[in-house]
Amino acid sequence: MTRLVLLLTIAFSSAAQVPYGRIRNAEREPESWLTYSGNYAAHRFSRLNQITAANVATLKPLWIYQVGNREEFETSPIVADGIMYITETPMAVSALDVRTGRRLWNWQRPIPRDLKTLGFGPNNRGIAILDDTVFVGTLDSHLTALDARSGAVRWDTVVADYKLGHCITGAPLAIDGKVITGISGGEAGIRGFLDAYDAKTGKRLWRFWTIPEPGEPGSETWSGDNWKTGGGPTWVTGSYDPELNLIYWGTGNPGPDWNGDVRPGDNLYTCSLVALNADTGKLKWHFQFTPHDVHDWDATEIPVLLDATVRSRERKLVAMANRNAFYYLLDRATGEFLHASPYAKQTWAKGIDDRGRPIVLPNTEPTGQGTLVWPSLQGSTNWFSPSYNPVAKLFYVAVREMSSYYLKTDVKYKPGTLFMGGGERALAGDKAFGAVRALDVSTGKIQWEFRLQSPPWAGVLSTAGGVVFGGSNEGNFFALDAVTGKPLWDFQTGGAIVANPVSFAVDGKQYVAIAAGHALFVFGL
Amino acid sequence: MKARLALALAAAQLSMGQTADPLAALTAEDLNNGKRLFAGHCASCHGMDGRGGKGANLAVPRFRHAADNQALVAVIREGIDGTGMLPTWQLEDHEVVQTAGYVRSLGRTAPAEVPGVPANGKTLYESRGCPSCHIVSGQGSSFGPDLTEVGARRGAAFLRTKLVRPADAIIDGFAMIRILTRDGREIRGMRANEDSFTIQIRDSSNRFHSFRKADLARMDKELDSTPMPGLPAKLTPAELDDLTAYLTGLRGDQ
Repeated sequence: MTRLVLLLTIAFSSAAQVPYGRIRNAEREPESWLTYSGNYAAHRFSRLNQITAANVATLKPLWIYQVGNREEFETSPIVADGIMYITETPMAVSALDVRTGRRLWNWQRPIPRDLKTLGFGPNNRGIAILDDTVFVGTLDSHLTALDARSGAVRWDTVVADYKLGHCITGAPLAIDGKVITGISGGEAGIRGFLDAYDAKTGKRLWRFWTIPEPGEPGSETWSGDNWKTGGGPTWVTGSYDPELNLIYWGTGNPGPDWNGDVRPGDNLYTCSLVALNADTGKLKWHFQFTPHDVHDWDATEIPVLLDATVRSRERKLVAMANRNAFYYLLDRATGEFLHASPYAKQTWAKGIDDRGRPIVLPNTEPTGQGTLVWPSLQGSTNWFSPSYNPVAKLFYVAVREMSSYYLKTDVKYKPGTLFMGGGERALAGDKAFGAVRALDVSTGKIQWEFRLQSPPWAGVLSTAGGVVFGGSNEGNFFALDAVTGKPLWDFQTGGAIVANPVSFAVDGKQYVAIAAGHALFVFGL
Repeated sequence: MKARLALALAAAQLSMGQTADPLAALTAEDLNNGKRLFAGHCASCHGMDGRGGKGANLAVPRFRHAADNQALVAVIREGIDGTGMLPTWQLEDHEVVQTAGYVRSLGRTAPAEVPGVPANGKTLYESRGCPSCHIVSGQGSSFGPDLTEVGARRGAAFLRTKLVRPADAIIDGFAMIRILTRDGREIRGMRANEDSFTIQIRDSSNRFHSFRKADLARMDKELDSTPMPGLPAKLTPAELDDLTAYLTGLRGDQ
């Protein structure tokens, strides 16, 4: 008993001392999971190798933590110094003892009565940690800093007016002294932005507007006042290269989503990847995947930073499996387009030209009667994370193979309401399916696939043990061989998996965690 | 503004347990707004036309989970436990009522005139063996779908097609599965459930079987096949009308 008390005391006294240097060097402590995607390069790769392709079949649940909410449970846990931090919906953070799943503290705030989540559910995907503070974005568009030991509020900053449809669902990104947060609201005609806040005070340090105002570069891709409702939300966590001091963040659809008639032009910087100077928020370069998007194909998928040989030269790259069905490689220092190839069925583009611009096929725009296009509105992949395995040099992505009839309707902007101009009728059922696919990082060629019963909403994690973990709508949490894609293990969690897996270690033992249904599951050998 | 106040009052009365029809005061403009809200919040599951997708077909006169308009408002507000129907707490009270009004209007289209005599159809239903596979109001065998409310869920045209050419009227998600096990057993049945690793089927003797897909020698899905026999050879056109009229009238309230 005394020994246990001592052990716990040690663990808790060192709790949450997570300086920037630890996160920057996250690879050196694979027992922790210190930032949304595991490292700043967004690999969602664990260097732990205790769970292997040979022994993963004996994996079993160690503890389960149940949540009370009925909404989708999308959290991606952060683990540091024996404590796991998760978000619960609609607006709560819990700290859990990583050995037992017992709750150490809980912070929550009621939802304003008039809050709406326009175009999505009341979800949250996780926290960020830095030093002794936990950061969470809220549905009513606050960025809140909590003491990592108690959950007490250190500061609370209003990021934007939720009454206009602004909302935060993504995990913040904490870098040296700063907390970066994006914003949702692409279905409500917001003007998107990315913000940096002082981690100590909550004071805003910079804001990058994803829609330029008249006179700024890019404003020529808008007309009249439509930039004011131009969309371009930033609702999924980006990545960071400390050496280049650049933040990489994907932007969402232009507003309104499906009726492009009212916003002629390319609509910069929607459906783009932007690279921003981390100190100033100034745009270093941008790349637009889907100019003048009319299918709601946000480019908010995770930008993965990796180094590989492309066009016979070793380069610093950023890779993205985009919602529009193409896998892209860009030079992450300059933004130069290097490669694009389809990783899923698509019927909207003849291909991608040498400058990275899609050659759009005729008659693929939404109409009053509906236009059948692959992929569906939710895209070939979505916010759920891919994984990059630097050992196997493979890029794993959970893929949705589904088509939709895209519909267009008239639309008029009214503040704080849906601003979409259409919708979809998805072809679901047995015609649609899902897959986990492994792509060669340099060529985008599909090396293997594992078929899933339906188009998934769960991300993937790969590990140094040669395993890829993933989840299904039907509740399967499963492990695949990282080299062959062969299924090695699966567990029925009893609820849809709409989240990303993580891995960490407790007392030298590797754990894997996933949110499923309305519970967090932790597995070990 | 006035309409909004009236709606708020209706909602307030509702929450106080008074029996008022919350949809009584809706105007054409309310219904239009309800249609817009439906497109944004409901259509992704229920389809743009409300005729169903992942979610239920709402273009029906009666709802399984909402006996009256008050219950309909409550279901839209609070969701349905254990289903994909989530609470719509992002809607304001008057918007919930407007959406309910629009949803109700979907099923209000006058049902197509169904020729035929329901009472004759009932006799046919019982004499031609339908209860050996279907339950109506608790009576019959459970191999096929329960038909107690089939008239509320399916239109007459669909039901008539189902009777004549069953394979042309298959519901999304239905599949016949043919399985060959490694030890040479062959089992054919209806899919009860399926995930990426396992499948559960119900065979023609109404027994459940559960398999891991990796253990099977072969598994074939027949998405355009059904155990329902076509009836045209056995029925005259008038009898077909009678049977269709009987099924269309099955709304669970007998």
